[in-house]
Amino acid sequence: MSLHGSPTSAELIESVREWLERDVMAATEGRLRFHARVAANVLATVERELAMGAEQEEEHKARLATLGMDDDAQLAAAIRNGDLDDRLDEVRDVVRADVAARLAVANPKYVS
Amino acid sequence: MAVAALDTEFANTLSTSLGGAEISGLTRLSGGASRETSRFVADGRPLVVQRQRAGDVRDMMIEARVVAAAGEAGVPVPNLLAAEQNDDGSCFMVVEAIDGETIARKIQRDDEYAEARAVIPAQLGTALAAVHRIEPVTGLESVDQIEHYTTVMDELVESGAGGPQPMLELVRRWLIDHRPPPVDPVVVHGDFRLGNLIVDRNGLSAVIDWELAHLGDPMEDLGWLCVKAWRFGQPPPVGGLGEYEQLFEAYEAAAGVRVDPDVVRWWEVMGTWKWAVMCSLQASVHLTGSVRSHELAAIGRRVCESEHDLFLALEGRW
Repeated sequence: MSLHGSPTSAELIESVREWLERDVMAATEGRLRFHARVAANVLATVERELAMGAEQEEEHKARLATLGMDDDAQLAAAIRNGDLDDRLDEVRDVVRADVAARLAVANPKYVS
Repeated sequence: MAVAALDTEFANTLSTSLGGAEISGLTRLSGGASRETSRFVADGRPLVVQRQRAGDVRDMMIEARVVAAAGEAGVPVPNLLAAEQNDDGSCFMVVEAIDGETIARKIQRDDEYAEARAVIPAQLGTALAAVHRIEPVTGLESVDQIEHYTTVMDELVESGAGGPQPMLELVRRWLIDHRPPPVDPVVVHGDFRLGNLIVDRNGLSAVIDWELAHLGDPMEDLGWLCVKAWRFGQPPPVGGLGEYEQLFEAYEAAAGVRVDPDVVRWWEVMGTWKWAVMCSLQASVHLTGSVRSHELAAIGRRVCESEHDLFLALEGRW
């Protein structure tokens, strides 16, 4: 058990998201209801990142390493400068996997 | 000064600008960091006023000139009634209020717009042909979109409000390598899509929000209209309402030029890339503190939706 114990941060966020979805959205309309929905979606994103983010980060670093890159800043600069022009197929595969990981956290329904 | 007093002062300004008309019912419709839109009534006539605070990079007086020129070119636009700039640089413009709907989801789904939906894709082609016949007005500039949004991207990284974006770099390279041949620049609307179009049960009634108008390739407007974000979740490419052919045929008939679908597709990719940058830019408005908003913050995490769309759009075309 961590220092802060139970409930975990994920469980706290979940409880607020459920309140937004169950009580706030039911009791509001128009712009306020829309903003409550946006807030619930934001919390759902954070929940998914807490659940998957650490593992995704490891995988991301491993993919970058296959291109000899430490981080996205290096990769972005290398693409712009043409340093990876002879490996663009590989670069696209790495980037495609990164985009899929981001989408899985930000909006998993988007792909369907 | 209290809001009510400010409103009274502004109502007096409007009255003076409109020849002493009696002003009532000033009601704010929407507002951002530098602009806000309000409805009001002048001598019984419903009007809309847009105000721009001092210091905005865009010049509302240019926009007002474009709106007037658009009307003369036969584009359906609200009549421009007044446009003034104050000594401090703030501006306002007054146009007639047009009845109708701008919300994409309603236009796409409500029964009321069933007949409109059938004709809108072709009407948009005809309207765009008229847009591209607008006589260029003083102050309108030609903007290299790749250069401009590359600068925006770099500034976001430098300010710390946006991260480096390898996917957007890849697409930037593709855009540069596949750029269509240059054409004689015309007036383009710059943000021609559902949301900036007023629609009634008969179809398109007015084209609004001309603040991004500039000189450029006319195909930019056709491509932007077909960007996936502006389909609002519906499958058809033209605003989620119609097929490319409907748009192209109407445009060709009205403009007397042939549309090259590959050029429109390039602008569609360009638009999707630009929208991704704009999503980061919107989040930065929150992150830098000029407007605190969880809605703006959330838009920052939508960049990956555009990245996904870009992979789809470029499948087999890299």
